[in-house]
Amino acid sequence: MKTIIDMHSIIKSFYIGLPNELEILHEIDLQVYEGEFISIVGQSGSGKSTLMNIIGALDRPTSGSYVLDGEDISELTDNELSDIRNIKIGFVFQTFNLIPRSSALRNIELPMLYNGLGMTERTSRAKELLKMVDMEDRMTHKPSELSGGQKQRVAIARAMANNPAIILADEPTGALDSKTGELVMDIFADLNKNHGKTVVLITHNTKLAARTDRILTLSDGRFERIES
Amino acid sequence: MLLIENIKLAFEGLFANKVRALLTMLGIIIGIGSVLAIVTVGNSMSASVTSDMSSFGVSNINVRVTQRNSDRHMPSSSLNENDYITDEMLESFLNMHGEKVESVSVSKSGGPGTAREGRKYANVNIIGVNDGYGAVNNVAVQNGRFLRTDDIKSRRYVAVVSDRLTENIFSKDVDPLGKEVRIDDGLGIQTYLIVGVYKYEEGPFAAFRMFMGPRSEETTDLYIPVSTQQLNSSSVSGYQSFTVMANSDTDSIAFSETVKDFFNAYYKNNARCEVSANAMETSMETVNSMMGTMQLAIAVIAGISLLVGGIGVMNIMLVSVMERTREIGTRKALGARNAAIRMQFIVEAVIICGVGGVIGVVLGFAGGYAGSLALGFPGLPSAGTVVLAVLFSMAIGVFFGYYPANKAAKLDPIEALRYE
Repeated sequence: MKTIIDMHSIIKSFYIGLPNELEILHEIDLQVYEGEFISIVGQSGSGKSTLMNIIGALDRPTSGSYVLDGEDISELTDNELSDIRNIKIGFVFQTFNLIPRSSALRNIELPMLYNGLGMTERTSRAKELLKMVDMEDRMTHKPSELSGGQKQRVAIARAMANNPAIILADEPTGALDSKTGELVMDIFADLNKNHGKTVVLITHNTKLAARTDRILTLSDGRFERIES
Repeated sequence: MLLIENIKLAFEGLFANKVRALLTMLGIIIGIGSVLAIVTVGNSMSASVTSDMSSFGVSNINVRVTQRNSDRHMPSSSLNENDYITDEMLESFLNMHGEKVESVSVSKSGGPGTAREGRKYANVNIIGVNDGYGAVNNVAVQNGRFLRTDDIKSRRYVAVVSDRLTENIFSKDVDPLGKEVRIDDGLGIQTYLIVGVYKYEEGPFAAFRMFMGPRSEETTDLYIPVSTQQLNSSSVSGYQSFTVMANSDTDSIAFSETVKDFFNAYYKNNARCEVSANAMETSMETVNSMMGTMQLAIAVIAGISLLVGGIGVMNIMLVSVMERTREIGTRKALGARNAAIRMQFIVEAVIICGVGGVIGVVLGFAGGYAGSLALGFPGLPSAGTVVLAVLFSMAIGVFFGYYPANKAAKLDPIEALRYE
């Protein structure tokens, strides 16, 4: 099976060289295979967000190697990291982070815009994605005209825009009621099962984590145990 | 591709926050508008002054008796009888330099007076003139003729009057030519024969007539032979000033020196007075360069307003970057490169300034046209000026937008996403 995320001895420290130097992640090893649906759980302060930033290519590790979809990205420039985020990673945030002034359609087009796709191509792909999350009738709506669950569906469609290698979801149900949260989880499950997407879910909600194939528990910058 | 999207985005932002956008643009609008209006009004003012002066004749040379070594005007009360320029001097001047002279104009004020015909009257300003006066001062005779040499020589009681005067004292169907008119100059009443009627030109402030009393009360010039005028007023003979009109082949600036030297020969032994000669062309150049300087000074002030406007744009862009920190973080997470973020904000600043520039151009157009219309020389700014104004305001956008845009581009995506 193809390895999508391959991390070896990842260390992340802050305030390097200062008296208050702080090591948040201690030699993390992580392998995620294509088509997996995994969750990383941990309490606040466990290093969850720091790990997510590194998986999402928003940040570079202090040391260690990180190969994402066959490409070593531990020492890339800012622009190269931007391109990796654009093409290989689909972000889903707790607070949706849709652009408030743009319609649902234009929000979904955004990653394709940064990927240099033409307008007709962008629009047809965005419509297709809206249909996938059952939101095609809300195409022209602004985020302020959508409910929380609808916003998150648009955000998931946006994450899928450039057909990324992984979907990285950071507390995607944290701002939703439990029923809507379940529906959003259904979409992730659907993406995983029917579209073959690798999904990494970061949460502190063990109930949601239980729906995934594998749960990794992070505690004080180390994985506790691996369940399958 | 990204550029078009950014322009769309900038306009959306503009319309989403109309009041703020307008206030931001205000500095640019005022700056561009005033520069344009000032340039237009300035051009029209130049045109108006030039046309006024050339109506007097560019080739005219004004000759006058002045205080020795000071070029200062001497009040006629302080002039002695032998300080004046005499007819004999003029005659010998024409004998010597006649081939360079188109005509010579002399005049003597006879003061205010009234023209009467029956019970009707008109206010006049009596001026004793010679035959050359008409040509030199562009008196537009539309009926009859101007005064002739023989009128002056024979000291005839003839007059050239304005069309306003004839309107006031004769009925419409009467031909004023050959009619007699009685002129009261305060010292006595003389009867003159009207030989010519000229068209009265309104001054540049005719538009403000409502403040100056009714049209029938207006005072117009009435020309009589200078010799006749002298007879009536028994004033000294000779002139304090006169005008030489050089002919078209003569360089009036160089000729003015010749004129000056010629007459000063008569004043060698005069301790108090001398003669100065100024070509109109010289004064015109002076006026034009003065207007240029004035326009430049005002343009600099308007430029300062543009600078302040630019700083306003920068300020609001900094606020906008801060407000949209999360949006910037999101865009970066979705794969926007730093350059794309920078471009987005520069484009926004350029659009704000460009729209402000266009509004400024429209207002400057209107203001400039209205101002130049009031001066009587309606003009519009040239297309080049308009394009330059808009481009310049956009350049302000780039200049003052760069710093906030760069600040946005350099935001750390993790920090930006976490920003509340």
